[in-house]
Amino acid sequence: MMKTENRLLDVKDLTIEIDTRSGPATIVDSIDLHVGKGETLGVVGESGCGKSLTMLSLMRLLPNKIRVAKGEAHFDDRDLQKMSNRELRKVRGGDIGFVFQDPMTSLNPVMRIGDQLAEPLIYHRGMSRKQARERAIELLRLVGIPGPEERIQAYPHELSGGMRQRVMIAIGLACEPKLLIADEPTTALDVTIQAQIIDLVKGLREKLGMSVVWITHDLALIAGLVDRVVVLYAGTVVEDAPVDELYANPRHPYTRGLLASIPKLSDAPASRLNSIGGTPPEPGRRPQGCPFAPRCPLAMDICRTHVPKLEPISAAGSHRAACFAVEKAREAA
Amino acid sequence: MGAQPLLKIENLVKHFHVRLGAFGERAATVHALDDVSLDILEGETLSLVGESGCGKSTTGFTILNLHRATSGKVLYKGEDLTALDEKRMRPFRRDLQIVFQDPYSTLNPRMTVGEAVGEPILFHKLATKAELDGKVAALLTDVGLPPRFASRYPHELSGGQRQRVVIARALACQPKFIVCDEAISALDVSIQAQIINLLLDLQEKYGLTYLFIAHDLAVVRHISTRVGVMYLGRLAELASRDALFETPLHPYTKALLSAVPETDPEHERSRKRQILQGDVPSPLAPPSGCRFHTRCPIAMEVCRRVVPKWKDARPGHLVACHAVNGE
Repeated sequence: MMKTENRLLDVKDLTIEIDTRSGPATIVDSIDLHVGKGETLGVVGESGCGKSLTMLSLMRLLPNKIRVAKGEAHFDDRDLQKMSNRELRKVRGGDIGFVFQDPMTSLNPVMRIGDQLAEPLIYHRGMSRKQARERAIELLRLVGIPGPEERIQAYPHELSGGMRQRVMIAIGLACEPKLLIADEPTTALDVTIQAQIIDLVKGLREKLGMSVVWITHDLALIAGLVDRVVVLYAGTVVEDAPVDELYANPRHPYTRGLLASIPKLSDAPASRLNSIGGTPPEPGRRPQGCPFAPRCPLAMDICRTHVPKLEPISAAGSHRAACFAVEKAREAA
Repeated sequence: MGAQPLLKIENLVKHFHVRLGAFGERAATVHALDDVSLDILEGETLSLVGESGCGKSTTGFTILNLHRATSGKVLYKGEDLTALDEKRMRPFRRDLQIVFQDPYSTLNPRMTVGEAVGEPILFHKLATKAELDGKVAALLTDVGLPPRFASRYPHELSGGQRQRVVIARALACQPKFIVCDEAISALDVSIQAQIINLLLDLQEKYGLTYLFIAHDLAVVRHISTRVGVMYLGRLAELASRDALFETPLHPYTKALLSAVPETDPEHERSRKRQILQGDVPSPLAPPSGCRFHTRCPIAMEVCRRVVPKWKDARPGHLVACHAVNGE
């Protein structure tokens, strides 16, 4: 298993609750995940699985009525949950860059993009306006925006969706963060633009040596980008494995179902896909026992009463899954 | 499978007239759809793909006369649908249905599932009031929902269940043809697969013809009989699924296919993508000649001036490109 010292981000036992009329409900349940230095982690899950909330909670950006109930999140050996607001402000946008999903609502519509890019540079890196302006031009060139000298004068509405997303990435990268967290940054974009952005991030990662967390619902999209994948279901990590291992040998029935749901080249025309029956539980209304049990083809009695722990299932310990059926398979083998 | 055309679309054009500027002082024309001709064959799934703004949804809307065509014809049962007014269109509406992307905004929140599914049955007088409940129950069963869902309201259902209701409503008037306008795009991966299977089952059972509008090429490859690729309001290529995915001819199709990711990490890391530079130009002022020439890796002088002909490059494989020679 990867040594703890090499971990840039180490989240342990993170639990997030939401206030409802009938009291607090758990929406993220004891999540463990970590990102190594220089590593790219893919966080995969369907809507409502808690993937975005987990990442927002690291920056303490959770919306009202949603809060971290317990757990730790160490970044560079400091607990993000215990930092003062002042310390945290230094980390946000400084050591940790964030790219949000929707560039239309995340960019300030009445501020020129050059000024939005310069803001973190002036705040975090103490640059003068002139230096920040020059760096903003450089950043726009880095993310492949043509004519950056003129473009810094533009307002967000004057740019296309792909261009806006590039600006978001440029802002995330502005202070050369150690960690870039990207929350579905290409979901709203066309495949051709999506491919451009993936290529861009691959190149920048090598150039800047940063770690990346890429949140997505698309297993195909991240196949060539990430080193390791964490699969979330209803607020828990169900599987965690190196990327090649996960696609070649998925162990959790949910991961298997998810991979089988994606149409492949080798499929016969108009053949039926192996879909997972049922629907995911609503956030905050998780069933007792394993949250996947109601939809699971392998569910046993114990799955409906006990929650399986995320445990190593490979000799090296790098492949982990939370499933009673998987455990059994290993013992039998 | 019959190879008879169910719908014949001839030189369909749709322009939207808009006013720009803070006071709407500048008139402009959006060239949403230009000179699109294609046949939709009985029993097939014809998919239209392309980037946002390429006119694939406009094609679906214009075929169904939900947008009035600027010019061109849509022939169904010997009648040109574009020439019909709303009243004369009504009997055809029964045969020609549509399923939209967002199952949240397409269902009336104040109508129960049973009322929503029953409405078209009563409208087209396909059953008496007494038979209605039985019909609705049968339709819900068809789309994989328990009949007791008839008394529920849309807000009580998940996205996938709502989309099943929308499909049941489209099926209610026993249509021949359904336009699926990004019908599965808003759903989660595991639910998408369920709805794809449902659409395939229903097609088999009722001999439906689909016009499937989507941007997810993996899904399109899975369910289509034929695939059309659109770029900026024009058809670039149209071929059988296998021909299009295995031997694409148009440079835009090639670029589009090379951008589609696969669930194979090794293949993904090593593959060389042909990445298109820049964005799609504005449909307000589409480029002259071939509309793709501004981003085309093999653009020639002629591409800037002359609109390429829509021609058979091989039997049944149509393409609009100067660089592709017909046989």
